[in-house]
Parts: sequence; structure tokens; C-alpha cells
Amino acid sequence: MKQSKYLLSIVFLLIFGLSTFASPIKVSDKEIKEDGGIKTEIKDYITHHLKDSHSYSLTSWVDEDTGKKVYLELPLPVILYDNGFHFFMSSKLKHGKTVVESNDNFYRLNYDKSKIFKTNKEGVFEYDKDNKILNYAPLDFSITKNISTIILVAFIMFFLFTNLAKSFAENKGISKGIGRFFEPIILYIRDEIAIPNIGEKKYKNYMSFLLTIFFFIWFLNMLGLTPLGVNVTGNIAVTFSLALLTFLITNFTANKSYWGHIFWMPGVPVLIKIVLAPIELLGVFIKPFSLLIRLYANIQAGHIVLYSLIGLMFIFQNLIGSSLSFVLAFFISIIEILVALLQAYIFTMLSALYFGFAVAEDDH
Amino acid sequence: MEIPVIVGGGLVVIGVGIGIGLTGKGAMEAIGRQPDASGKIQVAALILAALVEGIGFAALFAL
Repeated sequence: MKQSKYLLSIVFLLIFGLSTFASPIKVSDKEIKEDGGIKTEIKDYITHHLKDSHSYSLTSWVDEDTGKKVYLELPLPVILYDNGFHFFMSSKLKHGKTVVESNDNFYRLNYDKSKIFKTNKEGVFEYDKDNKILNYAPLDFSITKNISTIILVAFIMFFLFTNLAKSFAENKGISKGIGRFFEPIILYIRDEIAIPNIGEKKYKNYMSFLLTIFFFIWFLNMLGLTPLGVNVTGNIAVTFSLALLTFLITNFTANKSYWGHIFWMPGVPVLIKIVLAPIELLGVFIKPFSLLIRLYANIQAGHIVLYSLIGLMFIFQNLIGSSLSFVLAFFISIIEILVALLQAYIFTMLSALYFGFAVAEDDH
Repeated sequence: MEIPVIVGGGLVVIGVGIGIGLTGKGAMEAIGRQPDASGKIQVAALILAALVEGIGFAALFAL
């Protein structure tokens, strides 16, 4: 356990301490938007929270002496590919207020879009008629907030479950400590999700994937409810990759009978077989697509509702309205804890169901 | 007069609400008749509710 602590700290030192070769240049404040009241501020805050970000913002406040906004945040490394890699820390970006110079190229963050663009030395964005930015956007491989959270959860899961397995083996099958909390959950996934859906014979191949995906989604959902304000499973790219894994595993482990049921449905007249084939083929793609949309939309919607209710407190600014929205926000938080578990469960359950379809034996 | 697109969103939510409500109603009645099978019924009801909800989300995203 001690070794793992050292390893974790070394990795974080490496991530956060990456040396930088970039130097910031100030931009005139003309382009920075002025505030449009508390409602716009809350709206901007919510839309910004829903997106990925280049730094781990913890809090911000307005300094009373200077009148400037002070941000408390963990900088994360920015990695750009634009004819060779460019490395610098996100603290150089200063929320889009400065232009960053890296190997004679100039980059600037567009804070509204949370995206880094290549600019000239003055950091000018060129817009077209539809308010779209015409500047070249380099490929962004940055360790963003979402990616750093995924890495963190991966480390937590790796050390947690390897230690659980070790202590389980040492105690001859009796769980200890935190394992007493996790053992029933793991057994539930095996006995209630994997075995009834996939079958006694073949469930073992899928157990590792089902357990991983369940705890991964659950931990990330729960982290999204902490004041850290990460929104990983509410990001469509993340849910897309998770659903892609389910899609690939389903189709690469499928047997003859599964494909037979898709392209040449047995037991129906030939004409219906021809009609059914494209519908069934479409179903192959719709199944994982509904998985990805469900998880993404549930978490995204939950975050929007929660943030809006918290924002209502600051809009009302009186005792009755604010306390009412506080109570509402409190209850929605509790529901969100349930949703976090439920969505992880549904994703695992439906994945197991699809695997079950893929390996079902033809016994009729 | 043109009907705004967001009205479709409201209709979708009404449909999904009815769907999930009926799922819950069926599950509750089934548990009332067969309390022993409540575990299985709950699982099936959750999956069906998730499927109905998925259609609703898909429609809302198509708006």
C-alpha cells in the first residue's frame, strides 16, 4: 500500500510538473466580454461546467483590492500537435486572456468554446458571419480535466481491486474492511446480471468487462456529484467509447446463430426475411447508440438541473425563494446519487443482455 | 401560424412520461399479485423504463 502511494505521487508530480517552454503575452482587455448580470453569469457558468476544461478549477473570487478575478486551480499540461508537439501548462493560457508562444507559434484559448486556436502574435480571432472562428485549431492531446479524472479513477480502481483480491486470497475467501462493502456488489453483478443474461457456461469471459464498466461508470458518476465539478460521464465522447467497447465485444464474440438471426431470420416466410434483415442490421447499431445516449443525457440533464437549482438561490436572494431552491437542490442531489448507481447498473445490465444475445445457443 | 419546434419536445416528454408511468403501474400491480417475484419484476421494469427513456432522449436530441 505504501509503495502505491509513492507511485501515485510520482505520477502526479510528473503530470503537474512537466517542464514548459512557453511564454505568455498579454492581450488587451478589449475582446473580453463584460458581465451581463447574474442570470447570464449563471448560464455561462453552467455551459462552461458541462464542457471539458484545460485546468482543474476549484474556486474563484474577485479580489477586493485590485478588483480582478482570482482563480484557484490546478494547472494541467496542454499538448498540441501542429507540425510537431507543443507542450505547456494550462496556467499559461490564463482563461484566454493571454497568447501563449511555443516554438514560434502562437496559441490562444477561446474561453467560450473551451478550445485552443492558433493565432497571430496579437491573439486575434477571426469570425465569419455565423460567429464561427476561422482560425486553425491544432490537434489537442491535452491532459484535460476529464482525462485527468479518468486517470485518477483508473488508479483508484486498480489499487482498490488488486488489494481486495489479494486480501481475499490471503483470508481464504473472507472479505475484510472495505471489501465487505464491495463483495456483495460484485456478487450481485455475477449472480443477478451476468449469469441470468449470458448463461452459466459463458459468463466468465464477460465478467471482467462488466465489473470494470460498472465500477468505472459508478465512480465517475459519483465524482461528478462532488464539488470538484467534473462531468466525465456527461461527455458524449466518453460514453461513445464505452458504448463502442460494448459494440465491439458483442459483435466479435457473436456466434453463427446471432448473425443468422440478423441476416436470415429463421422460422418466417422468405419475403419477411428480406424485410427483416435491414431492420435487424440497423438494430445492431441502435443498441449501443441508445446506451451512449442514455448515459450521456441522464448525467448531462442531472447536472443542468442541479446547477440551475443552485443558481436559483443566487437569483432569488431572499429567504423564502433561496431556501426553497436549496431544499429542491438537496433533494435533487439525493436523486442524483440514486441515478448515478442506476445508470451504471442499466449500462452493465444492457451490455450483459446484448452479450447474451450474441452467445445464445440455437436450441429451437 | 408556425408551431415552434420546442412544442415537439414537450410532446415527447408527455409521451415518455406516460410510458414510464404505465411501466411503473404494471410493475406495481404485478408485485401486488406476486410479491415473491418482486426482484425479477423490478429488474424488468427498470430495463423497460430505461428503454422508453432512451427513445425520449433520442427524440429530444433530434430536435
